[in-house]
Amino acid sequence: MIEGILIGLTTALTFQNILMVMVGCFFGTIIGMLPGLGPMTAIALMIPITYGFDPATGLILMAGVYYGAVFGGSTSSILLNAPGVPGTVATSFDGYPMAQQGKAGKALAIAAWSSFAGGTLSAIYLLFMAPSLSKVSLSFRSPDYFALMILGLTAIAAFSSKGQFLKAMMMVVLGLMLASVGQDSLSDITRFTFNNMNLTDGISFVLVVMATFAMSEALTIILKRNDPTSAAKQVSLTELGSIKINKEERTKMYKTIPRSSVIGFLIGVLPGAGATIASFLAYGMERNVVSDEEKEKFGKGSVNGLSAPETANNAACSGSFVPMLTLGIPGSGTTAVMLGALLGFGVQPGPRLYMTNPEIFWSIIMSMYIGMVILLILNLPLIPYIARILAVPKNYLIPLILFFSVTGIYVMSFNNFDIYLMIGIAVVATFLRLYDFPMPPLILAFVLGGLMEENLRRSLLLSNGSWEFLWDRTLTACILATTILIVVWHIYKTFKRKN
Amino acid sequence: MNINTTKIISLLFFIFSAFYLYTAYQIQVFAFDENAPFNARTFPIYLGYAGLFFSGLKLILPDPNTIKVDHKNLEYKKTGILILIAIIYGATILKVGYFLTTSLFLFTSYYFLGERRWILMFLLSFPFVAAFMYLLHGILDIYLRDPFLQSIGVMG
Repeated sequence: MIEGILIGLTTALTFQNILMVMVGCFFGTIIGMLPGLGPMTAIALMIPITYGFDPATGLILMAGVYYGAVFGGSTSSILLNAPGVPGTVATSFDGYPMAQQGKAGKALAIAAWSSFAGGTLSAIYLLFMAPSLSKVSLSFRSPDYFALMILGLTAIAAFSSKGQFLKAMMMVVLGLMLASVGQDSLSDITRFTFNNMNLTDGISFVLVVMATFAMSEALTIILKRNDPTSAAKQVSLTELGSIKINKEERTKMYKTIPRSSVIGFLIGVLPGAGATIASFLAYGMERNVVSDEEKEKFGKGSVNGLSAPETANNAACSGSFVPMLTLGIPGSGTTAVMLGALLGFGVQPGPRLYMTNPEIFWSIIMSMYIGMVILLILNLPLIPYIARILAVPKNYLIPLILFFSVTGIYVMSFNNFDIYLMIGIAVVATFLRLYDFPMPPLILAFVLGGLMEENLRRSLLLSNGSWEFLWDRTLTACILATTILIVVWHIYKTFKRKN
Repeated sequence: MNINTTKIISLLFFIFSAFYLYTAYQIQVFAFDENAPFNARTFPIYLGYAGLFFSGLKLILPDPNTIKVDHKNLEYKKTGILILIAIIYGATILKVGYFLTTSLFLFTSYYFLGERRWILMFLLSFPFVAAFMYLLHGILDIYLRDPFLQSIGVMG
């Protein structure tokens, strides 16, 4: 492992890669701050830029963007009560009241330090857990992978849909259907192309991501008149106050951070869960463990109430890399976008990545930690200036997002058809978003579609067409049992809510 | 059954799944593969049935979380214009070239979204695209097709 860490450090500490982490953190923070634009949009917009880099550098840039966007989301939660990403909703519970009391600077500093500590601790957990999990995952067979993909898709549908499980499952099916367009991987028979040569190679992953996130996000903002500038008028930079954290506040954070980081990391590792659930769980747990006096402060500007979700959401970000790097199965929509980008680079994540491309594996892990340090160095002193970015008018923001989306497709294919297809998918996605149909399950399903078919094919061929492979192996049966548990738990929760 | 837009979307998805399933059954597979446990049409057929199942459930089950969208507050006109500009952008980018079409796309989009600060609009279109092109083409070595710049000799 020491050798791996050294390989990772050598790759991550090159001038170019440090620069990429800085650029990624900076742009991620800016994009993440703008309400409505989250890490997935930020990463999708970065894809065209990464074409010019080697896989390690490209992924380091995307990891920087990811962390930056999560931190940026906290900034708009605290200053405007308008979370840029769902993972920072819990941050606004105590961050915004603190800002209203004239302690916005302090709230931002607590968020920055908690994010840093959460990210650092989870990078350490990742450092120790990922290699051992890689070894374990080498024993996985096709039925296990197939079951794991079913689990991931069901879990993301259950967790990301806010009581709209069926809608999320429809999006999962739609994502798998989109992935089935083009040549069959084994027989080369074309499917669903309707004699259109442009569809023979299938629909590009970048196209689907750009359409369902960047472009439809931009169209939704225009459609809903969700004007960030009107909200930004509330931000007065003179009211930010001091960013110093006193001893009493530090003591509170010392207790909160370790427990919230463990929750965040473990939730992040689970396929389909992620930063949102992690932050809410950490907030809830913190409220249960603090003293009655401190409990009273929750929702009114509690230091523990702000530190817990911030630590957990950053820890979950690192945790979500575990299934992606070790199993090749993304745990969240954001890591699904990164997995797609990696496949575009010709790198296949999974248990073998650890052996075949150790420099990528370790440099991502090491750059996560470097990213945390840079995020702190970059963002803490820049808080008063970063806050100004909230005033970017949508009149400029929207065309720029559309421009980046079209450029991403243009440099990839030089094909008008792809641009029209992207616009078409974006219009449908915008309409679906209006009626609360979640997009992350669609993306995860689209990324996993090919792999899922391949593993099902192998499993069915090995078992002569019998579905017994689903319970023949203990591991497969356990994974499927977990899937059933998630569905049953979700149905129980829905009925409980109704009653 | 209460008919709302979500139900209509589910019905459309049901019809789409039925069409997908029909098309899946039409996929031509090799003769020796016809009776294999798994061939090119197996997975799509399962997907078609899954689509029918979930959209069918959504159609028949009551929907307690009805989403109400206030259409009066939605900016259909501006969104439509922006989509139209994007389509024109897509149609001309290959023939005219990246620089000119992208700059014009940005400039007209700013204009239709209500922006009237001409200098800022100009700076955030033509020079901005030129800088971005330099980053992609000049520094990152990503090929950008541009017949217009090639015709005036700016690009090789």
